[in-house]
Amino acid sequence: MSLRSGDLTVGECHTRLLTQDLTRTQLVMYAGASGDFNPLHTDDVYAREAAGYPGVFAHGMLTMGLTARALTDWVGDGRLTRYGVRFRSQVWPGDTLSTRLTVTAVRDESGQSVVDLDVVTVNGAGDEVLRGYATARVD
Amino acid sequence: MADFSFPVEAGQIMLFARAVGDPNPVYADPVAAAASEAGGILAPPTFVQVAAHYDPDWQLRPEEGKPWFGSGRTASGVTQTEPHGGGPGGGLHAEQHFEYHRHPRPGDVLAVARRPGDTWEKSGRRGGRLVFAEVISEYRDAAGELVITARNVVVRPERTVDAGAAG
Repeated sequence: MSLRSGDLTVGECHTRLLTQDLTRTQLVMYAGASGDFNPLHTDDVYAREAAGYPGVFAHGMLTMGLTARALTDWVGDGRLTRYGVRFRSQVWPGDTLSTRLTVTAVRDESGQSVVDLDVVTVNGAGDEVLRGYATARVD
Repeated sequence: MADFSFPVEAGQIMLFARAVGDPNPVYADPVAAAASEAGGILAPPTFVQVAAHYDPDWQLRPEEGKPWFGSGRTASGVTQTEPHGGGPGGGLHAEQHFEYHRHPRPGDVLAVARRPGDTWEKSGRRGGRLVFAEVISEYRDAAGELVITARNVVVRPERTVDAGAAG
């Protein structure tokens, strides 16, 4: 699948559900795959008793990774040229997450058509947990 | 920040894609991936985080014979000297940026070179001071070509953890 620059309109939005119930197991899977074994994300005893949090919370990079699916499912595989985010607030087990992609520009970059996107991921309460941008090659 | 390199492997791509909840066959099925626009398995956008497994200086990995700050018999294997974990867990990830020159594929061996970027300070919403530090990582293939440039920002709260950073 691929997007065509002529079919894209600045301001158009695509919303994508990422998860309806983020599990602690997903956090454990992310720790194992990424090598980020910070116990804040997988060790509830540590997170509560030693670090003073209500419990474990997601790696920021898990939220960025989950959000990437919304991007690649829409723009296609291997087409991103830039993707960057700020982590705005914590993501907790049980959270529902969805991503909204908004077209901010369709332009030419060194002879290649690209689309610029605003990327926002929110939790079930509507709070932003991640905000960023992406650029992808389009046809 | 020692330089090091790591292999991009199909199995690890599959495991990483599962860990970020992405069932796209381009990350797991060589036949479907070969028939797709991508022409073969490629790495998901945030995959190079796996470099941590190969980083000799990575502190967020237990090491045999050394105290680990997660729980065991007690809530932490080390004495906490700072609030919110302190030690190697004291910093939270505030920003991450990737620039893709191309997307890595199984068979690539990526050399990682890191350098410190800017540092700055901000007042947290709840009063403490927040210290931000940037690190720039360049991932190059065996031919020396730049594959990904990454920039990450870690924030270390001096008193309380502010909602401006999320781990």
